[in-house]
Amino acid sequence: MFPELNNLLNTTPDQTEQGKLTLLCDAKTDGSFLVHHFLSFYLKANCKVCFVALIQSFSHYNIVGQKLGVSLTTARECGQLVFLEGLKSAVDVFFRPQEEPHPLQFLREANSGNLQPLYEFVQEALKPMDSGEAAWRCPVLLVDDLSVLLSLGVGAVAVLDFIHYCRATVCREWKGNVVALVHDSGDAEDEENDILLNGLGHQSHLILRAEGLATGFCKDVHGQLRILWRRPSEPTAQRDRSLTYQYKIQDKNVSFFAKGMSPAVL
Amino acid sequence: MAAAATCSTGTRSTGSVVVAASRNSVTSFQRRGPRASGTDSGCSRLVSIAGTRPSVRNGQLLVSTGLPALDQLLGGGLAVGTVLLIEEDKYNIYSPLLFKYFLAEGIVTGHTLLVASAKEDPADILQELPAPLLDDNCKKECDEDIYNHKTESNIKMKIAWRYQLLPKMEARPVSSSRFGHYYDVSKRIPQELIEASKWHGFFLPEKISSTLNLEPCSLSHSYIKLLQFIQNIIYEEGFDGSNPQKKQKNILRIGIQNLGSPLWGDDICWTENCDSNHSLTKFLYMLRGLLRSSLSACIITVPTHLIQNKAIIARVTNLSDTVVGLESFIGSEKETNPLYKDYHGLIHIRQIPQLNNLIYDVSDVKDLAFKLKRKLFTIEVFLRATSDAFLKQKERLHLPPDLSDTVSRSSKQDLAESTKLLGPGCGMTARGKKHLDF
Repeated sequence: MFPELNNLLNTTPDQTEQGKLTLLCDAKTDGSFLVHHFLSFYLKANCKVCFVALIQSFSHYNIVGQKLGVSLTTARECGQLVFLEGLKSAVDVFFRPQEEPHPLQFLREANSGNLQPLYEFVQEALKPMDSGEAAWRCPVLLVDDLSVLLSLGVGAVAVLDFIHYCRATVCREWKGNVVALVHDSGDAEDEENDILLNGLGHQSHLILRAEGLATGFCKDVHGQLRILWRRPSEPTAQRDRSLTYQYKIQDKNVSFFAKGMSPAVL
Repeated sequence: MAAAATCSTGTRSTGSVVVAASRNSVTSFQRRGPRASGTDSGCSRLVSIAGTRPSVRNGQLLVSTGLPALDQLLGGGLAVGTVLLIEEDKYNIYSPLLFKYFLAEGIVTGHTLLVASAKEDPADILQELPAPLLDDNCKKECDEDIYNHKTESNIKMKIAWRYQLLPKMEARPVSSSRFGHYYDVSKRIPQELIEASKWHGFFLPEKISSTLNLEPCSLSHSYIKLLQFIQNIIYEEGFDGSNPQKKQKNILRIGIQNLGSPLWGDDICWTENCDSNHSLTKFLYMLRGLLRSSLSACIITVPTHLIQNKAIIARVTNLSDTVVGLESFIGSEKETNPLYKDYHGLIHIRQIPQLNNLIYDVSDVKDLAFKLKRKLFTIEVFLRATSDAFLKQKERLHLPPDLSDTVSRSSKQDLAESTKLLGPGCGMTARGKKHLDF
């Protein structure tokens, strides 16, 4: 978790908002540092987290998590974290077919696109317990990243439906949060990805968009982060206000600064 | 041990040790450096594999791509469990070289190979691998070349001195002599080495004729076959950690040629919207899953310039770890451009993976060009401006160095530069650096 990003977003692990969909998006750069932020943030906030990690292995997230001060292994052991490792499961589903439906069952199917098993997995993972064990604060679904589902042959509409279901259940019913990363394909004209991105942008409460610098690569500024709040209840001045910051990724932290105010420049 | 015997005749001890290590791969051949420095605890038990070293940055085990210059650009090497995707140049002339370097490095270090192709028989590919330049004969050739350039280099020193400050891509051959090797593309790899190596071939036309009774799946038939083949090898030979290996741990090097080309039965090359749009990406995802859980590294060459739908290329890039693009000058207007006349193409490092790290390290140098010399494939920092005064002036004005003023002087400069790069390229670091003193 990056304290500076928390300041920008006006949150701390002690007071998290509930019932929100946060869309993470990256264009011409890698936005996965945002995923690491939210993973460590919600683990520190004592939330029950279901992490659908489709692109990297558990050990990768675990090692980065340790740098950010959370241990995914312990969180998983004590039941706070439910981790779906997409890469490992894909191999299992593909080479060792089992009887019971797997969350990633669609990988085996010819006309794939059925994300219902995945939704059921999320539902099962985040279902509120009957106040027996340690009570976690609120359920959180984290997906890294949704674009992979498109590459695996799931249609954009199916992914949107999946998120809609999750939002209805996790955000609305259980007062939890959903955070999802989508790549912005930019010049590649990936129609399905655009549909997904626009559709999610329409539903989400907060959009964090990491962009590579338009002027090209720079050693001291890795990109810029645009923060877009969409809060229907606030007065118009506050609504849809967008903020842009530049950032530099460090070993264990990310520093944010106003545009053009990089320490290297000043 | 036939290989070791034949190759070690007349070589110094180090030269023969490399070959011997490839057969026996036991501790005595290991460099003390990486282990003593002990980068990460997770890797220490894996260090004993020949031809690997742990990454200083993320603790991953690295293997060499067979091209030490490329290793350095990729942050030390190719991490085990990741995919290196090569975007083929237009006429597919230089990408097979990188492919062969990767495989040849596997043979020299004694790794198991898995070669998959739809075009050539894997056995033929292996026959055409370049010969390794082991320390002794390398030295001889270096001397030869240096002798040729000697007179020139002494005169041109004054012009060349400022390039000392530039990061050199061809460096540290001494320290990485166990890790990466140099190859002579004009010679074939000795037959003994191939015979001594362990390899598996996947030649699509041979495999595809068999049964077609697979259950329906959105992956194309040839990709399913290949995945099953790879999975089978990984499982049977114990490259996945779950199945304890009886013998010494080893690395599986997978090379897949021209993936996505029509020969693989993929139609992404001629239609923009087709049913099998997801076939390639799905295959890559499965492959990534297989690699992540095993001691293997993979090189894939893809004819991206043939793929009609640009969205697929973006997705393919996202699903691979390291992506390197080759752009040859052949057939393009750059061929006649005086600026490029000493190079054969440009090399683009498009993506470097973030492994176990928040930071992804991007090399500072973006202008890289490659050149196929008589024996070596070299990667050099491509110099846009060549005149000192001119460059300084440009720097002061914050203008990009322009081409027009530089043409007249570029030839001398590049000559001097190539002599400088040649030394370290063949295992003569000290020489390469020090003979520039004046």
